[in-house]
Amino acid sequence: MIKVFVPRDSSALSLGAEEVANAIQVEAAKRDIGIELIRNGSRGMYWLEPLVEVATTAGRIAYGPVRAREVSLLFEAGFLQGAAHPLRLGLTEDIPYLKNQERLTFARVGITDPVSLDDYLTHEGYRGLKRALDMAPAAIVDEVAQSGLRGRGGAAFPTGIKWRTVLNAAAAQKYVVCNADEGDSGTFSDRLIMEGDPFVLIEGMTIAGMAVGATKGYIYLRVEYPHAHRALNEAIEAAYRAGYLGKDILGSGRSFDLEVRLGAGAYVCGEETSLLESLEGKRGLVRFKPPLPAIKGLFGQPTIINNVISLASVPIILDKGGDYYRDFGMGRSRGTLPIQLAGNLKHPGLVEKAFGLTLRELLYDYGGGSASGRPLRAVQVGGPLGAYLPESQFDTPIDYEAFAAIWAVLGHGGIVAFDDTVNMAEMARYGMEFCAIESCGKCTPCRIGSTRGVEVIDKITSGIERDKNVRLLRDLSDTMLNGSLCALGGMTPYPVLSALNHFPEDFGVSATEKAA
Amino acid sequence: MAEQEWDRETVQGILASLKDKPGALLPVLHGIQDTLGYVPPGSVPLIASELNLSRAEVHGVITFYHYFRDTPPGEQTIYVCRAESCQSMGSKTLEHHIKQRLGVDYHETTADGAFSLEPVYCLGNCACSPSIMIDKEVYGRVTSQRFDDIIETIREST
Ligand SMILES: Cc1cc2nc3c(=O)[nH]c(=O)nc-3n(C[C@H](O)[C@H](O)[C@H](O)COP(=O)(O)O)c2cc1C
Ligand code: SF4
Ligand code: FES
Repeated sequence: MIKVFVPRDSSALSLGAEEVANAIQVEAAKRDIGIELIRNGSRGMYWLEPLVEVATTAGRIAYGPVRAREVSLLFEAGFLQGAAHPLRLGLTEDIPYLKNQERLTFARVGITDPVSLDDYLTHEGYRGLKRALDMAPAAIVDEVAQSGLRGRGGAAFPTGIKWRTVLNAAAAQKYVVCNADEGDSGTFSDRLIMEGDPFVLIEGMTIAGMAVGATKGYIYLRVEYPHAHRALNEAIEAAYRAGYLGKDILGSGRSFDLEVRLGAGAYVCGEETSLLESLEGKRGLVRFKPPLPAIKGLFGQPTIINNVISLASVPIILDKGGDYYRDFGMGRSRGTLPIQLAGNLKHPGLVEKAFGLTLRELLYDYGGGSASGRPLRAVQVGGPLGAYLPESQFDTPIDYEAFAAIWAVLGHGGIVAFDDTVNMAEMARYGMEFCAIESCGKCTPCRIGSTRGVEVIDKITSGIERDKNVRLLRDLSDTMLNGSLCALGGMTPYPVLSALNHFPEDFGVSATEKAA
Repeated sequence: MAEQEWDRETVQGILASLKDKPGALLPVLHGIQDTLGYVPPGSVPLIASELNLSRAEVHGVITFYHYFRDTPPGEQTIYVCRAESCQSMGSKTLEHHIKQRLGVDYHETTADGAFSLEPVYCLGNCACSPSIMIDKEVYGRVTSQRFDDIIETIREST
């Protein structure tokens, strides 16, 4: 039977993949051709979605973007044999966007059936866990520390150190919590992996459990991700059935239980302590630190809390060794980062690369420049709390320290591009507005300051006492930077001040006044 | 305003099946909203007593989270992404069009009860901006024209 692949990824679905899949079934039945339709994850080349692939003796041939009404013509052209057609893209693996990547964490995404455990096992799945089960807990932690992995959720804290703290904390019950809140705009790598290879996250969390002696895990998933929810639950069920979760995992005598919990549309619940409050059934108010969650986390117990990508990178580290992972990257940024190209780009999508390539390479070599055909003017890196960078900073390498040096952040690796029609004063205003909407309300600078910020920016752009209000905006930003408990209030000044400093003309401020 | 009728038995059933989970309140509220479309204010005392919480705590949680609502929604809920990536691809024009077309603002429901309109801050569909979600289906690269077509198709099928 000929294998045909149509993604079940929610972005592919958002462009009509379901209709395409149905049309292929109908057309095949009509022509009496036996096909096996596999609903894979997305390859992450979103300008080509819905991307249909056909398995041929030469390899998988891609066609895209396919619309349902073109399906019968594809059959006519002989696409099941990989025949020529205007939508034919050749071998999927040879498309430069994909070929030039270094896919470690995303190795299987788009290739396998996301909820087929057999497929996962055939593609090197669960090799990391099998190795971990033969290791002492401290040795597992050492392997992760050796890889140089730093948290991919935003703060880039070394994962090995966090795990060691939990390992060394004595308690009857410990937890592993996966932060799948992915609230940052311009990011979707967590979603892509949960929909495209949920087992790799499950395996990573199970290894984390073995490493620190935690027997219970929760995935805190944002409610905006219904498709990821379904894929995770299907995969968890399959893992339980086959003895990869639950009691006595693979006869090791060790157990690990896993459950998905849904958030409820609060950005701040991506902050780790707010998330823990939410998991406990409370309002998502940020906790004071210390104590660290590693010491007193969920229900007061030692807890590993990591981002989806951090945890999903653990299986390959355990399988191939910490050194293998560490050999990718630059400086203190080791391994790969799944970068998400979003916004006004011709070729938006997921690019997993070793740290070190530049923003410019990503925006033009991968992203293909703007979607609108107009010049790119600004990019926001690292979500809604990330700085806006002008063209003059596009040569910055993807590296935590290089970004910190220009008062910017990599965060969760999202890049949102804007063309020259953008009004940066409006973006700054939106930054403040977002903070006001999402503030948990605990600190005054964040709760009240953000609302003041919107008013002050409105005055600046209306030309009311401009100099005085620009100074006020800077003072206000200082107060937020220094007087906030978490990064929501503490980093909202990044997008706001970077917009003001790099694009003063949009605020009606001349470049000379900017220096004042 | 008179309190809406709500189905006590359903809420009791949901509570019975979920109340023993650690940190049960969010799962319970999701269960209720999934089934009834909202969390009836009249159900708060019942939830509170079953979970050993105060009414104020339950109420506080419902109001803290943007997703939970205490009024019945329209037949379908349209979530429009307001975040940066979608803005870079023209979501403000789309947002304006949607409000005009439906004749409602955010947090409102159309007069015929068909659609509620809610803002959302990123759907993880940023590579296909601008995005909207209708109930649990995401739509990408939504132009004003495409929005009208989607709405037409929904209206025809209901
Ligand atoms: C306002 C706010 C929102 C955050 N949202 C997320 C999120 O959606 N996902 C995430 O993994 N981390 C988020 N973080 C970072 C977490 O607090 C925490 O650093 C992370 O879960 C740790 O995991 P990691 O070490 O694997 O990155 C957020 C932080 C703040 C201050
Ligand atoms: S900075 Fe804002 S979101 Fe963070 S704890 Fe303070 S009030 Fe809450
Ligand atoms: S910013 Fe709109 S879907 Fe992410």
